[in-house]
Amino acid sequence: MAPVAGASTTLTRLPELVPEPVDLPESLAGLRAEVRAFLAAERAAGAWTPRADVWLSGWDEGFSKRLGERGWLGMTIPPEYGGHGRGALERYVVTEELLAAGAPVAAHWIADRQIGPSLLRHGTEEQRQAFLPGIARGEIYFGIGMSEPDSGSDLASVRTRATRVDGGWELSGTKVWTSGAHHAHAFFALVRTEPRDDAHRHAGLSQFLVELDRPGVEIRPIPLLTGAHHFNEVVFDKVFIPDSRVFGELGNGWAQVTGELAFERSGPERFLSTYPLLAALVGELTAAGAVDPGTRRRIGSLVSRVWTLRAMSLAVAGALESGAAPELAAALVKDLGTRYENEIVDAARLLVDTPPDPGAESGFARLLADAVLHAPGFTLRGGTNEVLRGIVARGMGLR
Amino acid sequence: MARNAELAELAESIFAASYDKGATGLDTAAWKACAESGLTTLTDPEVGGTLEDSAVLLEAAGAWAARVPLAETDLLGGWLARAADLAAPDGPSVAVTGSAAAGAGDTVSVELARVPWGRALVAVVLLDGDRVLVLDTADAAVTEGANIAEEPRDTLTFTGVTPVASGAAPAGAAEELALRAALARSLLLAGAARGALARSIGYAGERQQFGRPIARFQAVQQMLAEAGSEVAAAAASSAAAARTARTAGFADPATVFAVAAAKSRCGEAATAVARIAHQVHGAIGFTREHDLRLVSTRLWAWRDEDGNEAYWNDRVGELALRAGADGLWPLVTGRP
Repeated sequence: MAPVAGASTTLTRLPELVPEPVDLPESLAGLRAEVRAFLAAERAAGAWTPRADVWLSGWDEGFSKRLGERGWLGMTIPPEYGGHGRGALERYVVTEELLAAGAPVAAHWIADRQIGPSLLRHGTEEQRQAFLPGIARGEIYFGIGMSEPDSGSDLASVRTRATRVDGGWELSGTKVWTSGAHHAHAFFALVRTEPRDDAHRHAGLSQFLVELDRPGVEIRPIPLLTGAHHFNEVVFDKVFIPDSRVFGELGNGWAQVTGELAFERSGPERFLSTYPLLAALVGELTAAGAVDPGTRRRIGSLVSRVWTLRAMSLAVAGALESGAAPELAAALVKDLGTRYENEIVDAARLLVDTPPDPGAESGFARLLADAVLHAPGFTLRGGTNEVLRGIVARGMGLR
Repeated sequence: MARNAELAELAESIFAASYDKGATGLDTAAWKACAESGLTTLTDPEVGGTLEDSAVLLEAAGAWAARVPLAETDLLGGWLARAADLAAPDGPSVAVTGSAAAGAGDTVSVELARVPWGRALVAVVLLDGDRVLVLDTADAAVTEGANIAEEPRDTLTFTGVTPVASGAAPAGAAEELALRAALARSLLLAGAARGALARSIGYAGERQQFGRPIARFQAVQQMLAEAGSEVAAAAASSAAAARTARTAGFADPATVFAVAAAKSRCGEAATAVARIAHQVHGAIGFTREHDLRLVSTRLWAWRDEDGNEAYWNDRVGELALRAGADGLWPLVTGRP
């Protein structure tokens, strides 16, 4: 924390809390219009119903394949791997439109968001050829194998271990909170390849690309509060993983996983999971006619906040596109964004006197029910907000 | 557009050089330094600065609690005079709206309440319906007042005075003046929020309790991280509003929405940041002795000036409800 030079007093210098703002180039307006027209046609045809928290709960493989056909998956993957060689901001436009519409994006979400970029950065040529074209077509789905029972946000405590065997490795242990593992083709498992050393907790971790149909892999459902099946426990009992499925560098798992998290934390899903409920709330109030000033102001505050979060998230996307890794800003966007999502739930409850109805097919009451029951997850997944604030505090020089 | 690092450095060095936590009233040294560098007329076409340059300058002024009416002079008074094809006043000025009564000849009488920096101005540029009058403050009776940050908010009474100049008001001048004032205030708020966080982080690193700096306590770290988020939100929203105003102009609906949202968000951030900054500082921050007050009282004063959160949230809420469920997302993205 260097003071300002030559000042008669000092003002502690702060790190860059939010990267330089970005303007979306005018050229993206056409892409945005195409996505909106596609989504409007799908809704008109009844292909799906807008839902809250679609990137966790909206599993629709047909929809993912239709996006793939239009070139809206694997957008930043180079053409030689079946992708489209487009920029992070173009991808941002597509993803934010999908989330705002409440479209069912869960099937491809993890693969498109972080597995693709990770494969490009750390994967072997064979691994890229094997998986990237299918990801870009919306036909190959992935999960994330980081968490374990008792590990939570403390990833360095993982206990699943890999033991060297002839031609590869043998995995034993348990991964948990794996979204979509019962449908997904594969996941990246973070495991110990060397015994734990308490002095170097982040050392000795490696990633493996695990195809989930391998013998010895058992997938057990962990129903959500809603009763829906998204989470799973994935148990490895001496699962053989060939050397060709070692992901990245042995022993470098911690650095690789941390790199993935930068992509995971700052995206529009961190403040738009409940956007369909906000839109429905505005719809309910508009339909009701006269709105009292207090209600109007509450809506104004919520809309000002989402506009601000979008500016911040776009700034992080712009920094990622230019090759920076704004870890501090990403953590801060996720903390603010996920707390904001809970504000939408409370506002919807209190401004419209309609009890949440989990049995409704669609509409405000159903969106509210889903959002209430999904809300606890917002501030947990991708690192709890308390842990994220620790990252922010460290970035500001406090620890 | 790249952030103007050189301009930021220049502004910070000017404000730091004359920083005096015990002084009140116009900082003549800082004003002179700003004037010599062209910062008091930054957006005058002859100087050529953009609203985003102005954003950099005002953010720094807010962080340092600078006692100079830069926003008032350049973005308001100078702008309105130029927009009415009049010469911009040569010195500190501001633009306000009011209704002047006609007297003998071409004289006017008007009482203007809570004029920012009134006693320190050379002129007031008055938006009176469809006309603009430039009034010489030497002709005014001044009743001194202040906001809670002890910044001058004076009543100027002009009785039977002859305007220095007059011209036709540009179309939409009242709305643009309100938006410019709110944008400027948002930028100042974002700066003051940064100033409060910077002082809090500095203090937390020095202040020892229970045998270690309070910055080492997780509870303090969590509070300061939350303040960091709020400072970032204020910076992002006010910068985005300045950019929208530059690219689209003040008459564009996107600018109305962006400025309204930014003033609302910066006001909310001001409340949170001031609360946390005082909690971190403990009792010393609650005294006149400590310079936290320079920024915390500005956060409290400015959040209520040029439209508080209720006012601007009302504007945003009205736009949102008019847009309806399907029009809301196009409103947020600025893409109809």
